[in-house]
Amino acid sequence: MFARPTRATGPVRSTRSIRGLAAVAAATALTAVAACSNPSSGTAGAKGAGESAVVGIAYEPESLSPLLGFGKDGNSKIFDGLLTFDAEMKLKPALASALPTISADGLTYTYALRKGVKFSDGKPFTAKDVVFTYQTILDAKTNNASRSELDAIKDVKAVGDDTVVFTLKYPYAPFAQRTVLPIAPEHIAGRQDVNTGPFTTKPIGTGPYVLTNWSKGEKIQFKANPGYWGGAPKVKKFTMAIIKDDDVRATRLRAGDLDGAILPPNLAAGFKGDKAKKTHAATTYDYRTVTLPTGNKVAGDTAVRQALDIAVDRQTMVDKILEGAGKPAYGPVPTGSEWFAQGTERTHDLTRAKKILDDAGWKPGGDGVRVKDGVRAEFPLWYVSGDKLRQDHALAYASDAKKAGISIKTQAGTWEVIEPRMKQDAVLAGGGAPGDPDFDQYLLLTSSLAGDGFNNMAWYDNPVVDKALQDGRKSADKSVRKAAYDTVQRELVKNPGYTFLTHIDHLYVVDDQWEGLTNQIEPHDHGLASGPWWNVEDWTPKK
Amino acid sequence: MARMAGRRALFALPILMAVTFGVFAVAAASPFDPVKAYTGTAGLTASEQTLAEIRANLGADEPFVNRWWNWLINALQGDLGDSSVMRQPVVDVISERIGWSVLLAVTAFAIAILLGTALGVLAGRRPGGWLDRGVSSAAYTLEAAPAFWLGLLAIWFFALELGVLPAGGLTDTASDVVTFDQVATHLVLPSAVLGVSQMPWFYLYVRQGVSDALDEDPVRGARARGLSERTVLLGHALRSGMLPMLTLIGSRVPELITGALLVETVFSWPGIAAATVTAATSVDFPLLAALTVLATTAVLLGNLLSDLLYGLADPRVGFDG
Repeated sequence: MFARPTRATGPVRSTRSIRGLAAVAAATALTAVAACSNPSSGTAGAKGAGESAVVGIAYEPESLSPLLGFGKDGNSKIFDGLLTFDAEMKLKPALASALPTISADGLTYTYALRKGVKFSDGKPFTAKDVVFTYQTILDAKTNNASRSELDAIKDVKAVGDDTVVFTLKYPYAPFAQRTVLPIAPEHIAGRQDVNTGPFTTKPIGTGPYVLTNWSKGEKIQFKANPGYWGGAPKVKKFTMAIIKDDDVRATRLRAGDLDGAILPPNLAAGFKGDKAKKTHAATTYDYRTVTLPTGNKVAGDTAVRQALDIAVDRQTMVDKILEGAGKPAYGPVPTGSEWFAQGTERTHDLTRAKKILDDAGWKPGGDGVRVKDGVRAEFPLWYVSGDKLRQDHALAYASDAKKAGISIKTQAGTWEVIEPRMKQDAVLAGGGAPGDPDFDQYLLLTSSLAGDGFNNMAWYDNPVVDKALQDGRKSADKSVRKAAYDTVQRELVKNPGYTFLTHIDHLYVVDDQWEGLTNQIEPHDHGLASGPWWNVEDWTPKK
Repeated sequence: MARMAGRRALFALPILMAVTFGVFAVAAASPFDPVKAYTGTAGLTASEQTLAEIRANLGADEPFVNRWWNWLINALQGDLGDSSVMRQPVVDVISERIGWSVLLAVTAFAIAILLGTALGVLAGRRPGGWLDRGVSSAAYTLEAAPAFWLGLLAIWFFALELGVLPAGGLTDTASDVVTFDQVATHLVLPSAVLGVSQMPWFYLYVRQGVSDALDEDPVRGARARGLSERTVLLGHALRSGMLPMLTLIGSRVPELITGALLVETVFSWPGIAAATVTAATSVDFPLLAALTVLATTAVLLGNLLSDLLYGLADPRVGFDG
């Protein structure tokens, strides 16, 4: 923004060279300045035996309003949804008193609400708040980018004070999973501009914690809600320090300023010898994948796709790039999930990859790159600049592909540069949403969503998959759904529109002074809910 | 003097208008998409329809000239609009943060000027002496060292190795009240790093000015008349040696603002810097315009200040003469 003024060239006359003194002098200057000040200890604040927790996170939300999308996947600390997820991502009631009753045609969901719940300002929670929340999010004037997740809703209405009925446009089996989104109080949020009103930074909810202070760019602080319907949390004060730089976060954790932090694998490894801290690895749905656009003459060729799918060495990526903190990925569903289709794992097999290409008529040219009908087996692969992890994945992928005779040029760019090229060029993409297999797969693979925003970036088009995805979302019968998603995964082996590479574990290093730390299965996003503190309200101080 | 200030203020208005217009034009021409910035990761799974609705709500499809004009008219009536990216009125975004940025910048500036002047006088007294050689080479090193790197170094040394100063934030991380003591301790490292990174320019100018002045006839005359070394140094040499430095004060303001940006990030200082970057990359017109006006005003004031100081320090220099 600012033009850097021309550098004042040093007017020093005698520029005799001085050896070695420079660094010493710099340090002296720093010390001199620091010595002028009061050196009273400023590290970690007072904490009474685990009753206060301070964690470092890399991400700061723009808004704390659920109406704008905050906490939509549950676990917002300040708010509750009708339902919530446990550690295994199983639904359990929260503001609803039980799981919903679903009509036989799968079109009506009825929720009975928990009685006696109050917002932290003392006003009662009622069915009106639920209706208000959903209707506001669905309103086109509300700037909520996740609105399409609620596409299935036709109508939501309150029956008395303690029952809410949703009517759907079409049967949508995973709908209950969507109702973990937090409920906002109508008597506050309804009286102001939903997009910029004070509620977006000073929220009031029914949750286990109450926001006490949000110093933008520095920290978000909570205190336990003494009147929480689920019982007052034992950790009385909870602080999330916002530290974007990984190294600074690690440094402040080591300095005792933080009790826990999310760290990349290489920095987390530095805490292995520290007995007072424990490393928690959260398994995730967070995948890295390469889109193989159907419109590209090379990447759209089924033989090339199949060859790449087995030419890539996923285990080495996990070992080298993720330092072991992750798993090979064969589709959006992690291998550990109950929805994973056993037997769809692909082993690294370069010889077979070459044979597939040979058989399909892709013959090696003079420079080792294969050619078919005058088309060279090459295409560009884009990744977001500045994302080291994606860069490493892209480079490893290109190097594996080269061994099979496919030349992939990796290129870095911002999303603005990448987006117009997505129809033709490959992209190193990431994503992943636990909860229901429909969430990822429908958006990723449905042919009618090709090129719709960032949905189906590969323009994947497979009628068998389209049908299976429809069956999967319509049926309430779990075995029918399982069969449908098995079909999708098997089709991805026959015609992979993406090369899925890895599922990435998220690592957290936390002081060992509490009981009850677990990890939820985490999505791609690093929201506030991620990390062992997903259930900080259930932690108890260690004796 | 008052007339100069008045004349400058009169000129400031068209300058500010032109600068904000320029910023709007550049932002509109940039490849950044305000809707993409607004929606973030949620936008990656949003449908075209949702994105189009948000685009319309944000008014992002209007030509920038219209948006600039509307902004200008509203701003003149005292309405700075709402920041789209912060989901807050612009006034709130700025008033929450500006104080902490000003505190950091002013402290750092004071450190840079005082330290630079003091060391400059001492070094200028004996050019080529051990102090001069040591400090000068340190100054060149610092000129080349990014403030970001200095910040990390300072955290490592003072917070980690010595454990005497906090590593970041405005107050202790667990504390939820802002007290004078805490802010003072937390201010030390960021302001020292920012100040020390700005110090070389002041130091080098003063050092040169003083050593030149010591060679000039009036100073030699004063020495010859047997005036004390102290009077010669501070009364004569420093006075003429300070002159180039005073001009420097105004021109350092932009650099100070950009330096503060990096320092605020390293130390999680809740200032305006991060908001500035976000506003620019998200094409958040209302916030960006307000911040531009602020920054331009700071630069204009900086220039005015150095001209006033110059006039005061040297009677031969007129005010806008």
